[in-house]
Amino acid sequence: MQNRHHALGFSDQDVLNMYEIMLETRRFDERLWLLNRSGKIPFVVSGQGQEAAQVGAAFALNKEKDYVAPYYRDYGFVLAWGMTLREMMLNNFAKAEDPNSAGRQMPGHFSYRKLRMLTHSSPVTTQNPHAVGVALAAKLKGDDIVSFVTFGEGSSNQGDFHEACNFAGVHKLPVIFLCENNHYAISVGLKHQLSCEHVSDRAKGYGMFGKTFDGNDPLAAYAAVKEAADRAHRGEGPSLLEANFYRLTPHTSDDNDMTYRTKAEVDEAKKHDGVLTFAAYLRELNILTADKEKEMEERIKKEIDDATDYAEKAPFADQDSVLRYVYEERD
Amino acid sequence: MAVISYIEAVTQALKEEMERDEDVFVMGEDVGKRGGVFQATKGLYEEFGEKRVIDTPLAESAIVGVGIGAAMYGLRPVAEMQFSDFMLPAANQIISEAAKTRYRSNNDWTVPLTIRAPYGGGVHGGLYHSQSMEAIFANVPGLKIVMPSTPYDVKGLLKASIRSNDPVIFFEHKRAYRLIKGEVPEGDYTLPIGKADIKREGNDVTVISYGLAVHFALQAAEKLAESGISTHILDLRTVYPLDREAVVNAAKKTGKVLLVTEDNKEGSVMSEVAATIAENCLFDLDAPIRRLAAPDAPSMPYAAPLEKQFLLSSEKLEQAIRDLAEY
Repeated sequence: MQNRHHALGFSDQDVLNMYEIMLETRRFDERLWLLNRSGKIPFVVSGQGQEAAQVGAAFALNKEKDYVAPYYRDYGFVLAWGMTLREMMLNNFAKAEDPNSAGRQMPGHFSYRKLRMLTHSSPVTTQNPHAVGVALAAKLKGDDIVSFVTFGEGSSNQGDFHEACNFAGVHKLPVIFLCENNHYAISVGLKHQLSCEHVSDRAKGYGMFGKTFDGNDPLAAYAAVKEAADRAHRGEGPSLLEANFYRLTPHTSDDNDMTYRTKAEVDEAKKHDGVLTFAAYLRELNILTADKEKEMEERIKKEIDDATDYAEKAPFADQDSVLRYVYEERD
Repeated sequence: MAVISYIEAVTQALKEEMERDEDVFVMGEDVGKRGGVFQATKGLYEEFGEKRVIDTPLAESAIVGVGIGAAMYGLRPVAEMQFSDFMLPAANQIISEAAKTRYRSNNDWTVPLTIRAPYGGGVHGGLYHSQSMEAIFANVPGLKIVMPSTPYDVKGLLKASIRSNDPVIFFEHKRAYRLIKGEVPEGDYTLPIGKADIKREGNDVTVISYGLAVHFALQAAEKLAESGISTHILDLRTVYPLDREAVVNAAKKTGKVLLVTEDNKEGSVMSEVAATIAENCLFDLDAPIRRLAAPDAPSMPYAAPLEKQFLLSSEKLEQAIRDLAEY
């Protein structure tokens, strides 16, 4: 197997770190389903199958400066960006200490001002114009940053997708639009959502750079997002990227995907699962050894156990707090 | 004190706020070189340049949505909706996003955004350049809705809106733009959002209204004074959240209340004002609460006689006040 990460400037340890975050995300996600099925948390919205592109993308951005607007399947992205497992678990248990919304929003509705992570809602793609506004504001202030936003392929049919892309294109703003194309918008497959071959084909209509890449490969994701970020910093405007992968779980814990797709189709997709294929790549190059893997799995399990334990015991927000923060509160 | 028009007060407030704070900027359709289709942003492009007076693509949801993003970054955008009738494509950004950002992030993110929108009829605007849109947004906690009636209130309240750390919809009555003139101080001042204002003291009948209709009430009150009828006029100025204390006090003052809005009657802002009075003033009322509003037809027609049929006037108010006084 050919080493592909050295050419991107990554050391062996870098890619091992990358893999570890992917694996951590997967194990966390699997734990959420267990917690849901055992009645501990009411709802799961999952990102399984999308970790590779999410983590690769995060590595291509500046964690000290850039603004990000991740969507609800982006556990891999937010973990790589700096949210802790404990915080992610507090979010899923909807506890007061959850930095995303203190239990006000459903899980996966990420928000963390300290990390320059915008808050987002459930009507999809509303975050795209916000990301454009961040880029416009940064340009007005002369700040050299990139504004990064993700969304699904179903969402790419929304008016806000179009309006945001067009605005960013016209004003040549430093925005990276990353479409996470997992081939399903709840039950409706890709061919009933889009009639063009790639979501990124739409870039041309907005006068921006477009590129589709293998979303199961974190290195491909890194390369694409890095290219888009470099373009943005050079003043060449926005990019529309598309990660291609497959949603390995039902839409949410309330969905039954066997009503609209087959087990054979899901099993076939699992062969291309980025967590598995990237592990295989690292094993081939002898970077991921059996010992390291074991050590990694044990550490991750312990951290998830600790996070779960902490979040489960943590208090909910006080009931009277429902009236707080409707408007600015002044002493 | 200089006498200026309602729209000049808008322009003056924008200009002064942009001079005062470099984080304030204006964006919308035709707001740049053209100075706005009503000329509300006249001269700003020349003074502040295209970076701070931004002609946007024709896309209302993006105008608000991009404004929200810029506000989250820390700027104070003033987004113009060319006509309030065209706000509905942006309704999701206003209701789901701007209004809920502070709440859903548990006070972490805020949206100091002002959305200016000309509303109201009487300008031969037909169905889609005449509507009052406030009722659509007036049950959305997190929003503030300001609807001033005079140039003095326009300037003070627009400045307060721009400085507000919460999203404000600032509705400007487009017929008032050039029709209404008044004294406005040249220096800096703000008026409190959420506070109604007594525009005339009286003892027989209370009129509660906002926007252009306040002037119809003032004209009617002058006429009625000749027949010995004394009218108390409360201008809501902010229609959401309501100044309930001022509403209750005004209702109790005379015990006879006429609620006036140019909007369609059912489910209007005045329905909530009526409920507030009903909840608080049962033993203070000497007559049933009355409402004078547009008919419950979709919107005002273009043809002049049909438009006139739809609209409020000082004559219609005078009659309604007189009826109530004689009850």
